[in-house]
Amino acid sequence: MDARVNAAATTAPTDYLLHLADNAVVLGQRNAEWCGHAPILEEDLAMANQALDLIGQARLLYQLAATRLNAEGRTSRPSAWPAGPITEDTLAYFRADRDFRNYTLQELPHHTGLVPASGGERDWAITIVRNFFYATLMEGVWEQLAQSPDADLAAVAAKSLKEVRYHVRHARDWLVRLGDGTAESHRRAQAAVDYLLPFTAEFWADSDVDSQAAQAGSAVPALRAEWDRRVDAALHEATLTRPPAVDGYVPQGKQGVHSEHLSYLLGEMQSLARAHPGAVW
Amino acid sequence: MSTQPALKDWPLWEVFVRSKQGLEHKHCGSLHASDSAHALQMARDVYTRRQEGVSIWVVPSHLIAASDPEDKALMFDPASDKIYRHPTFYEIPDEVGHM
Repeated sequence: MDARVNAAATTAPTDYLLHLADNAVVLGQRNAEWCGHAPILEEDLAMANQALDLIGQARLLYQLAATRLNAEGRTSRPSAWPAGPITEDTLAYFRADRDFRNYTLQELPHHTGLVPASGGERDWAITIVRNFFYATLMEGVWEQLAQSPDADLAAVAAKSLKEVRYHVRHARDWLVRLGDGTAESHRRAQAAVDYLLPFTAEFWADSDVDSQAAQAGSAVPALRAEWDRRVDAALHEATLTRPPAVDGYVPQGKQGVHSEHLSYLLGEMQSLARAHPGAVW
Repeated sequence: MSTQPALKDWPLWEVFVRSKQGLEHKHCGSLHASDSAHALQMARDVYTRRQEGVSIWVVPSHLIAASDPEDKALMFDPASDKIYRHPTFYEIPDEVGHM
């Protein structure tokens, strides 16, 4: 077999690495907003720990993508990118919102509905329900990718799998406590489920990302039945109800079409690197 | 941070962490949590972030019976002039080796 064909067959598409990395960095940035503001000190640390897990995953994936983009030796690149070799920072800080391929779910603020982006108090129930939906998905994805023919990606998956199993445990534990807690915590947990569940339709919607995922050894639609089973079991234990499925708009964040919230999030995350390119501690 | 409800409703737990295989659990702090599972989870996040541990115990603080600081003199001072209780005055036969 031709060596180049062989190499191509065992390398995940770079755009797919960016999808995984963007998912992690955007939710990591969101959850880091709790730092110094969580309901109690212990959960402040717990959420910061998890945000750092996600940012750590994103770093490994951006580094991998950057190495491969540099190896491709492409001559054209977006004008906003700094000169010199592409790095993890180029990919995290100098891509525009339309270039980000994260699920729309990741970028939503920590409160329900049509509240202005910077207004409204953060709602712990939103944070927990989103973490639960996403982590439950990623436990399956990282299990698949731990067997990826792309050895570098498989190594990232093996590391991330341990982290995400704790994220699932943490979020599920809180989901049950909130749902089966006081009248107020139950109401807010149910509102968070009702608000966020429709955004998970994007997990299962077919797109370019999904054919790229297949090349890397992941098939998200194959995880749906198990995801539903785990979510239903947790909701049942939490005395919450799953809202009926609706045929409606399916978010398209993984294809670069985002809500208005991503631009604000990236504005905060990217402004320092853009104002002072190459800044170091 | 509005910690008042948690501090009011959640009991205090003492946290013990074993640093590596073969060493005993050591007290490292306390935290408020609603039950033992919750306390273990939070102890993991608060006290083992820097690879401090391989095992955690949590104990409800109210279950620990402690000596009264007021009793310090009667409890512990009488031992201070009994230096012969340290086995440093005995000659150890060579055959015994390290004790």
